[in-house]
Amino acid sequence: MRTDPYRLTVNGRPVEVIDGHAGESLLFVLRERLGLPGSKNACEEGECGSCSVLLDGDLVCSCLVLAAAAADRDVATVEGLSDAGGEVGPLAYVQRAFVEAGAVQCGFCTPGLLMAVDALLCEEPDPDDLTVREAISGNLCRCTGYGRILEAVDRAAAMRREACS
Amino acid sequence: MSEVRATQTRGRTRPSGIGESVRRPDAIPKVTGAFAFSSDLRHDRMLWGGTLRSPHPSARISSIDVGPAVAVTGVHAVLTHSDVPGRATFGLEHLDQSVLAGDVVRYAGEPVAIVAADHPDTVRRALDAIQVEYEVTEPLVDPSRAETATPIHPDGNLIRRIHLRHGDPSAADREGLVTVEGTYEVGMQDQAFLGPESGLAVPAADGGVDLFIATQWLHVDRDQVADCLGMDPDLVRLTLAGVGGAFGAREDLSLHVHLCMLALYTGRPVKMVYSRHESFHGHVHRHPARMWYRHHAEPDGTLVRVEARLLLDGGAYASSSGAVIANATCFAAGPYRVPSADVDGVVVRTNNPPCGAMRGFGAVQTCMAHEAQMDRLATALDMDPIDLRLKNALAPGDRLLTGQVLTGTLPVAEVIRTCAEHPSAAVRSDEPMTRPGGAGRTADADHVVRGEALAVGFKNLMFSEGFDDSSAARCELRDGVVTITCACAEVGQGFVTLIGQITSEVLGVDEVVLAPVETTGIGSAGSTSASRQSWMSGGAVQKACEEVRAAVVARVAVTHDVPVDDLVLVEGRVESLSGSVSVDLAEATAEPLSADVVYRHAPTSPLDHDGQGDAHVSFAVSAHRAIVDVDPDLGLVRVVELTTSQDVGRVLNPVQAVGQLEGGAAQGVGLAVMEEVLVDGGRIRNASFTDYLVPTALDMPPVEIAALIEQPEPGAPFGAKGIGEPPCISSTAAVVGALRHATGLELARVPVRPADIALAEAQAGVDR
Ligand code: FES
Ligand code: FES
Repeated sequence: MRTDPYRLTVNGRPVEVIDGHAGESLLFVLRERLGLPGSKNACEEGECGSCSVLLDGDLVCSCLVLAAAAADRDVATVEGLSDAGGEVGPLAYVQRAFVEAGAVQCGFCTPGLLMAVDALLCEEPDPDDLTVREAISGNLCRCTGYGRILEAVDRAAAMRREACS
Repeated sequence: MSEVRATQTRGRTRPSGIGESVRRPDAIPKVTGAFAFSSDLRHDRMLWGGTLRSPHPSARISSIDVGPAVAVTGVHAVLTHSDVPGRATFGLEHLDQSVLAGDVVRYAGEPVAIVAADHPDTVRRALDAIQVEYEVTEPLVDPSRAETATPIHPDGNLIRRIHLRHGDPSAADREGLVTVEGTYEVGMQDQAFLGPESGLAVPAADGGVDLFIATQWLHVDRDQVADCLGMDPDLVRLTLAGVGGAFGAREDLSLHVHLCMLALYTGRPVKMVYSRHESFHGHVHRHPARMWYRHHAEPDGTLVRVEARLLLDGGAYASSSGAVIANATCFAAGPYRVPSADVDGVVVRTNNPPCGAMRGFGAVQTCMAHEAQMDRLATALDMDPIDLRLKNALAPGDRLLTGQVLTGTLPVAEVIRTCAEHPSAAVRSDEPMTRPGGAGRTADADHVVRGEALAVGFKNLMFSEGFDDSSAARCELRDGVVTITCACAEVGQGFVTLIGQITSEVLGVDEVVLAPVETTGIGSAGSTSASRQSWMSGGAVQKACEEVRAAVVARVAVTHDVPVDDLVLVEGRVESLSGSVSVDLAEATAEPLSADVVYRHAPTSPLDHDGQGDAHVSFAVSAHRAIVDVDPDLGLVRVVELTTSQDVGRVLNPVQAVGQLEGGAAQGVGLAVMEEVLVDGGRIRNASFTDYLVPTALDMPPVEIAALIEQPEPGAPFGAKGIGEPPCISSTAAVVGALRHATGLELARVPVRPADIALAEAQAGVDR
């Protein structure tokens, strides 16, 4: 069943979804209709965090959000983290920290983790270890055992603090 | 979009040499979202594919009616067994598995029909509309009955038996020895890579097909797919799409042939992505094991003889079970000197989900058992468990259970000692979140007991038993730019980084182009498994670069009339040590140079009738020490700290090495305390991340690295050993050992469940 066209704001840009089917998740629409496959699909049942995006500033699993329900709201994805959203643009602190700390192996968990860490650091610029572990406990990573990811969060927090001071 | 998005490894890397923490060349696209995983691929006019699977673990198919599915609007193809164009079966070791089930299904989840349609919803509706009539039969689910039960497959129920007999069989037939005996069990573990099985098949104008796929071994997939399509292998071209982790689960074919069949039938590109539920049914798992052991030792702790009976459940199809049981059997006693042994290793066929490769490959199961036995023996001898291990530690010059003499390095005592001596950073904290069970189910702080244990494990590197194991690589140097072509599958481990480091080390350049990873134009690199690619494809890349280096130097020696020995390659120039020559590498290679090599490790032999022979090339050992907190009443557990030492030969990239050690340990912790595919009557009961629990950042303790033992391995490129598997071999054994230490319970099965502790405690209370 087709839906009426609806509008989303993704990474600050208004977009229109024209041929949507009723029941499509925000994750599906981002990935398959809007050409933004950065948000990942490791479970599509709210358990892994690989699809994490910000919806009006709140961290959500985009696989659990109906795309049509996000109409007229602000969606932020990994593609919008760095200014240029591409390989040439400057990286956001979290992105740089993940690269430098060796927090990326296969990288499938990475976009969701970046969104979760970005959201955490906006709320809590200087989190302790347990706060970080809790904040990312909704994001599964099967490759790293989280050690380098925790190191990356420390680095990102330090970079941000330095930039703000 | 008419082009498939660029696949992962095309691109440039700015490395520097061996031993440095060079960054991954794919890290930036992976943090921006630009990296294309196999599930991210798109193509013009693309259709979606889907698979209908048997709900029954054992049944005869009486009829399949695809009519109602074909009639669904938007459906382009519904294919079954009779549509398989070529060979109907596939398999890594035996061709015993059907591309699509014909008249029999042997496990719940076996593919029966495939569909291509315009939208994933249409695919689901079409799959629902296919009418399959099954005549359900009683499944064989108990592996201990398999050998005597009616065969469930024409190839029989015994997949492989290795009865290893080593040394004097009567060595323990005397008085005065200390003997301990135990039976152990390991549950079925899932690799649980995050990137689901997925791919895109595109029909080609020449009648062939291009398949973009996440896999561990492109060329072996290509050969199997071509056979099943009845096509010339040259017409089946595979390209590696971004791989979201593998851990053994991508060694077997999954959706490969299905995608190609649908694409060739419809004449349109077809994409398929498994859901998590389907992924649990769509790949092999780690074999569940039942293991009986008896160890005999002198009163001073010297091991005299080890007897073991190993039973692995292979599930419905053979996959790589034969090689898994070989490892389990060969390494059954652990990295210890054992002069006499009798190990009967058996892997059988049942109607349970198929099992095959997973990181650690047979050595994980036996490590859990032999390390429990060593602790038991230490108790019986009233000896320190670390001293007992050190006393029996294998060393170069010793014989393995297979009779093979250890000629390379194997620093068993060193990993034990460094790990045991490393100071612990674990403190007791009052924070409720850090108690067993976390904040939600807070254990009573007064009841929490702490335990500690150390475990050691080892396994072979690379393929064994006479397998012709090779990797091909090409190095081209043109206008000063190096391009490396190699079909090694990057699955997250970081081989793409090593290519750059090796090239930079040999050719003195700071930029390397990585050609696309595909089956066309280059030979097989072998499998990204068995901790083999640093050695095999690393060796191939090194050798190709060295040949090109020799050619450049020879050319400049002639043009500048200097001796070859006087020339070196540094920072993009060919320079003479005497200072008389300095030529830009770009100028020296305006006329390009290129070398193709096929690298092989030293040959191995098959195991003989008694499981004896020089079957393996090289080995690696690791130790873990675990500290755990337990609330015995509630059965809640928290792994507080892991410390590890590992035999690495030489560290090629420190940060990547740490990543392998931490990541492998996490999978070991998972198997110890939470991960199990629950199979009931042949059906998986927990095929989701809601019910199959993998460690989160809250479950994982810090991993302290006590030592990376660098003893260069003779014959290995740069002296480096593969490092991927050991971290998940000894970690599980250490954690369960620490749980035993904390609780005093037997805990002979992993994963240890809360009930295993709490009910045993309650029972102990009743008995008291
Ligand atoms: S894909 Fe959304 S939580 Fe896993
Ligand atoms: S890097 Fe592979 S899942 Fe996290």
